[in-house]
Amino acid sequence: MFVLLFAHFIVATAALTVLKSRPRVSAVLGICVFVATIIATLQWGRTTDGVREVSFNWIGDLGLSLHLRLDSFAVMMVLIISVLGALVLAYSLAYFDPDETTARFTGFFIAFAGVMSGLVMSADLFTMFVFWELTSVLSFLLIGLHSESGHARASALRALLVTGAGGLCLLAGVALFQVELGTTSFQELANMAPTGTVITVAAILVLLGAFTKSAQFPFHFWLPGAMAAPTPVSAYLHSATMVKAGIVLMARMSPIFGDLDVWRWMVVVAGGITMVLGGVRAMYATDAKLLLAHSTVSQLGFLGILAGIGIPGATYAAVVHLAAHAVFKAALFLSVGAVDHAVGSRDIRTLSGVGRQMPLVAILATLSAASMAGIIPLFGFATKEKALAVLLKADDKVGAVGNVALAFVVVGAVLSTAYSVRFVRGVFGTKKDCAPSHVHHAPSFLLVAPVVLLSSASLIAGLFAKQTGHLFDAVATTLSPEATGKLALWPGVNTALIVSVIVVAVGAAIGYVFPLAATARELPVTGDKVYLSLLQGILTGSKKITKYTQNGSLQTYVVVTMGVVIATLMYSLATDQLPHFDNMVIADSPLQFGVVVLCIVLTGVVTFTAHRFVAALLLGGVGFAIAVIFALFGAPDLALTQILVETIVLVVFLLVLRQLPSKFERSIKGSARTAQIVFSVSVGLVVALFALLVGNSRQAPSVGEEYITRSSPQGGGNNVVNVILVDFRGVDTMGEITVLAVAALGVANLVNMARRQRKPKVVEASQ
Amino acid sequence: MSAALIVLIGVLFASGTFLLLQRSLTRIILGVGIMANAVNVLILSIGARAGEAPIIGRDGEFTDPVPQALVLTAIVIGFGITAFLLALAWRGWTIDGNDDVEDDDEDKRVASAKPLLGGTEVPGDYQ
Repeated sequence: MFVLLFAHFIVATAALTVLKSRPRVSAVLGICVFVATIIATLQWGRTTDGVREVSFNWIGDLGLSLHLRLDSFAVMMVLIISVLGALVLAYSLAYFDPDETTARFTGFFIAFAGVMSGLVMSADLFTMFVFWELTSVLSFLLIGLHSESGHARASALRALLVTGAGGLCLLAGVALFQVELGTTSFQELANMAPTGTVITVAAILVLLGAFTKSAQFPFHFWLPGAMAAPTPVSAYLHSATMVKAGIVLMARMSPIFGDLDVWRWMVVVAGGITMVLGGVRAMYATDAKLLLAHSTVSQLGFLGILAGIGIPGATYAAVVHLAAHAVFKAALFLSVGAVDHAVGSRDIRTLSGVGRQMPLVAILATLSAASMAGIIPLFGFATKEKALAVLLKADDKVGAVGNVALAFVVVGAVLSTAYSVRFVRGVFGTKKDCAPSHVHHAPSFLLVAPVVLLSSASLIAGLFAKQTGHLFDAVATTLSPEATGKLALWPGVNTALIVSVIVVAVGAAIGYVFPLAATARELPVTGDKVYLSLLQGILTGSKKITKYTQNGSLQTYVVVTMGVVIATLMYSLATDQLPHFDNMVIADSPLQFGVVVLCIVLTGVVTFTAHRFVAALLLGGVGFAIAVIFALFGAPDLALTQILVETIVLVVFLLVLRQLPSKFERSIKGSARTAQIVFSVSVGLVVALFALLVGNSRQAPSVGEEYITRSSPQGGGNNVVNVILVDFRGVDTMGEITVLAVAALGVANLVNMARRQRKPKVVEASQ
Repeated sequence: MSAALIVLIGVLFASGTFLLLQRSLTRIILGVGIMANAVNVLILSIGARAGEAPIIGRDGEFTDPVPQALVLTAIVIGFGITAFLLALAWRGWTIDGNDDVEDDDEDKRVASAKPLLGGTEVPGDYQ
């Protein structure tokens, strides 16, 4: 089983590299992997009652490991992922031309299926987070598959940013759990049943992550945009699998945190708004695919309520409805794709007479739409009945929030029926004032076969609802031991049925009379507008920060750097105790005093002279004066080195200056110059003050005394400075030599480049 | 410790900072040179007291050898930097005939450009 997970990635890598020119081959390989996964999963589900686990140590020191666990719920999800994956991939063989884009699609698609399988098998939050982020990235790549389209890129980026932000929330929640409890495993969390403020915050962060992934209000807006992806991608990622990741997470967490009031209210309010908002938007959509996208948002809201409310019966309903939704929504998307492929349009205002010309697709899509509308005898009917029955009794268990949930679900269900009717009427109906659409060619076998399978699955699962219901017993009890329930084709006349009949009747009536070309009023505030202004704000803000911190002026950088230096110096000088100035003298010797005065004069000339030559020469003078100071100080090695270095620098300086004009051209004048002088003098004053205080602050004897005693016996030399450099601190000297070598390489390159470039110039001049 | 050296350190730092703030690369190199000397004198004078050179066998109180070892390394590295800057100045001269350090074009472009991310708008139908 876990080997098969890797097989996904191997085939995906192959599809993107060696099989790049043969997307059909990689698609067939991918289908083989899916089928093998299905067989292995079924085999495992039949033969063992236990749970299979595997754990990969990743960063042991940090306690990070990838922990996969195949329980019944994971089995169900893996089956959904693999069955739909195989069908959609087969469909894509007929849908796409075998070109380079298709090769990318196939590779990303198979990798996505592997990542998604890993996500549903994750045994702890950390592992889930890793797969969670990978699904975001692959979703980004798949939405932006047609990267030449600006619309596709913008939609892909939006999906990535929204789900990525949610991923960060999830990560923060995971980190809080790890720090607070030392574990993120679902099982251990359930055993601990932790409480407390930090735990509540962590749970809410995790919930926010789930909301972004499953397009719950207020993060619902990215999902319709994701329909820029080709239809097979929409059918698979953005209705059947990836958007269910949030539902999976909520289903895993709600048995642990469902009792928190804040969790329950967030889930119900966000899910309820999502369900109603998505339903309303679906009623105004004129693109059939977009209609389905909004209906998916609406259904995700429904699933969110069921999975997150934390009532065991609702968990059961969530599991069965999740399966039902995956089956009917994939079928609907694929049939829209088939119509689009045959007619070249998805606009429900102009499509006309398609049902007559493509009767098989029309019948199949109508069956699936009926399942979405919750009409007997389809799967969707049984699952919706179950959900209604649970929520009608929710009041006893959870109080007012149960009634709120029920109200949202009833309104949402009316809209579900309405948009299902609108979908069938719009895509397959015949309109009086429209010319019949031209069907270019009958849909090929591979475009119809998956729809046949999926739609008949909706019908069969509905007809045999009781048996189907039993299949999900183990799945739901894995999540929560009390989550038992059963489905029925005919539940008998009860409150849920009466509500359901009214819902369907009202919904069908609305769907029938609501004009297909209705346009919605533009709302003043939409999730999309908020997102765009936030994005613009971040971009403008970071540009402004860059403008002030990286303005491109070397002077500014020098001022900032030196400013920071003197500010920190001044801070520590102001807070430290003053030392005793016992050892102060005016100068160590009269000669030192004389040389210092000379040096100051030379420095002044170097600073203010307008002649390059004078400046360079006198810089050498300053250097030699300092060499004398070193010699007087008792540092003959420094004096020698200083004299050598200053001599070479002076020679090189003069060689370079030969090329340059003799005077400095532009100097800064006026108040700017005054400001420079004031700033420079303050730097000098602060550093001098620093030298005065630090120089008198020595309390412990220097390590130098030890070097002096060790120099001769251990280093074999009498010159202590030399012994330190080549022996005690030899590695430092190595570093110094390396710096010199790098500088020499840089100089050699610059000089060579300059030479090469100058030659042609000279030739030009002579011509 | 010597007050004269402290005054010298102050003057060298002030002069080095002022030269670093100029536009001409030659003056910036002068500033680097002055600043390097300033730091060397600073380390030596606050780290040790003047005295006899630390060579075994000499009489008198030795001055501390550790600051000397540090400064010796610093002198050599300062030389490397100055040489590199001089080569840079020469290269700059051969390219555009002056040695002014202009504001960075790339940074100016970033500061003035329109929003970097085009195409964030999504057609109304998809909102």
